[in-house]
Amino acid sequence: MQSRDQPRGELCVPSPYRVVDRTVETADTVTLAIAPVDSLARAWEPGQFNMLWMPAVGEVPISISGGVGGGATGGDRGGDGTVLLHTIRAVGAVTRALCALEPGQTLGVRGPYGRGWDLDAASGRDVVIVGGGLGLAPLRPVVHETLRGRDRYGRLAFLAGARTPEDLLYMSELGQWRARTDLQTEVTVDAVPGREWRGDVGVVTTLLPRIPFDPGRVVALVCGPEVMMRFVAAELLRQGVAPGDIQVSLERTMQCAVGSCGHCQLGSSFICRDGPVVTWERVGAAMGVRER
Amino acid sequence: MGDAVHPRPAVISRADLPALVDAIRAQGYALLGPTVRDGTIQLGELGALEDLPIGWGDEQSPGSYRLHRRGHARLFGWAVGPGSWKQMLFPSRERMWSADRTDDGFVIRTDDTDAAQAARKVAFFGVRPCELAAIAVQDRVFVHGAVPDRSYSARRERALVVAVDCGEPSGTCFCVSMGTGPSTGPGYDLALTELDDERGHRFLARGGTDIGAQLVRGVPHRDADARDHAAADAVIASATARMGRQLDTTDLPALLERTLESPRWDDVAQRCLTCANCTLVCPTCFCSDWVEVADLSGDHVERWRRWASCFTLAFSTVHGGTVRASARSRYRQWLTHKLGTWWDQFGTSGCVGCGRCITWCPVGIDLTEEVRALRELDRPGAAP
Repeated sequence: MQSRDQPRGELCVPSPYRVVDRTVETADTVTLAIAPVDSLARAWEPGQFNMLWMPAVGEVPISISGGVGGGATGGDRGGDGTVLLHTIRAVGAVTRALCALEPGQTLGVRGPYGRGWDLDAASGRDVVIVGGGLGLAPLRPVVHETLRGRDRYGRLAFLAGARTPEDLLYMSELGQWRARTDLQTEVTVDAVPGREWRGDVGVVTTLLPRIPFDPGRVVALVCGPEVMMRFVAAELLRQGVAPGDIQVSLERTMQCAVGSCGHCQLGSSFICRDGPVVTWERVGAAMGVRER
Repeated sequence: MGDAVHPRPAVISRADLPALVDAIRAQGYALLGPTVRDGTIQLGELGALEDLPIGWGDEQSPGSYRLHRRGHARLFGWAVGPGSWKQMLFPSRERMWSADRTDDGFVIRTDDTDAAQAARKVAFFGVRPCELAAIAVQDRVFVHGAVPDRSYSARRERALVVAVDCGEPSGTCFCVSMGTGPSTGPGYDLALTELDDERGHRFLARGGTDIGAQLVRGVPHRDADARDHAAADAVIASATARMGRQLDTTDLPALLERTLESPRWDDVAQRCLTCANCTLVCPTCFCSDWVEVADLSGDHVERWRRWASCFTLAFSTVHGGTVRASARSRYRQWLTHKLGTWWDQFGTSGCVGCGRCITWCPVGIDLTEEVRALRELDRPGAAP
């Protein structure tokens, strides 16, 4: 592989990865487990993303949803030789091609990029993790990470939402998490058009009152559709949580992933480089302006 | 480029200027400079000094650009053309790498890209002060950013900059407001001031680097005297007094941040065609599309970088929609970035006052006028 000896940062050249496992999450979403073909995976942090490349189709930014094996810090915090998990929804040409990949097939990967969840800021505090839809993807590793270092945090809660029960990601893990006593997991769906659902129905903000936390010493980690993040942030602010204690992971068009192509700008921020995880303190004003 | 001080400006006569060009070429530089093409002054390969826009002037106003003959034979009796040096350092289309499919994936090649061409030494001959400032702005984006851009950096390192003070600003110029001209600021290898008076047609030459100073020493010259300096000062003073536009930059980022919902944005949106001309002629706009180009078989793939514009719908499109769908929001993004958030990102304004966006706007939108209007409406008690 020629690119291995090149200074790849400047050229932003992908490395070949192979699909080692494929899990169907929902009708349009799969989780790919991928491993480097001839190089070592670079260490990553929960909340960071990779650029996934389908040759002759294109390249898209996809959050890292976890890892398997390898590395001193174990499965979900990178390390050498780690298998990476990416949860991908088929919404366009590139993501459809990625979702169609089968074990044994290859793709290109460059990354990891961006700033992930600031868990240092959460140390000694209550942690409220709120995810909606595909927004669970970058939150999955942070749930694992907080459970691994459980004694570093106060109360720990995970609120998950989806449009319908059929759109919920990580169903088996959600079940495991619900059974834990050191993590309060609440799940809700917007609507139940299909199969039986005995859980909550309603937008994810309706779950917030169930979570006991100290507004003065909580850190919220939020990812989901932008409208959902606005409502969650507004509710948290209303309860007295400081804007700097609300972290959101934003989605914008990203083509370079290194703060050069300009597409992902939101006010002064390059979301690819200064984010995708940013505090509400940093972006709240910009998020409050339509079409900013 | 060294930081040596070269305190002895020299005077090179017009007749001896070809020797300077020869000296630059003798150092192995290809010569790029302004020349008249298609009714405009454009940048390209220079054969001889005669290719420069000798005797030409440019008349610029919002939405209008015309060349005309002046009654003299000055080389630099004009302001700026539509093209900027950006196109030489950050080409509008550039192949970044290519890949070929193999039985087991793909092999990427980075050695056949356009970056390899960056190995060529080029001399930028006739860089206006505002353009030198624009290069410094793009240096902050591409060289001093978190991840330096390899091809830009390679081109930049090999570029020799011969700047020329501006003596004939156009009707859309406002470099004085932006602090970028009409005299040449730092960053040049060699700076010239064109003088044409009773003492003859000549150039005051100042070396900014060792190589620039060496070039001057290598051609026939004399030391500049007080009258030469006075003549050069007069050129600058005259140009300063004839700026076509001005922009009040007082607290500009803060003004823009608090006027995001000003009715003025609706007003300009009624006129803006979102054609992207302003971003293409802007010497600092750096946004790009990273494009996948494949042959029909899909076996050979190339990654191209192309200039992009925040005025297009696709620029901010994510799955599910476009962030900036209205013309109002796209013009606002461009102006607030250029004059406001650029400061937070790069510690400088994104505008150098060259006036190109005013001249080349097909409907003559004038950013200095837009800022004036925003400021006026922001005044306490102003009626919207």
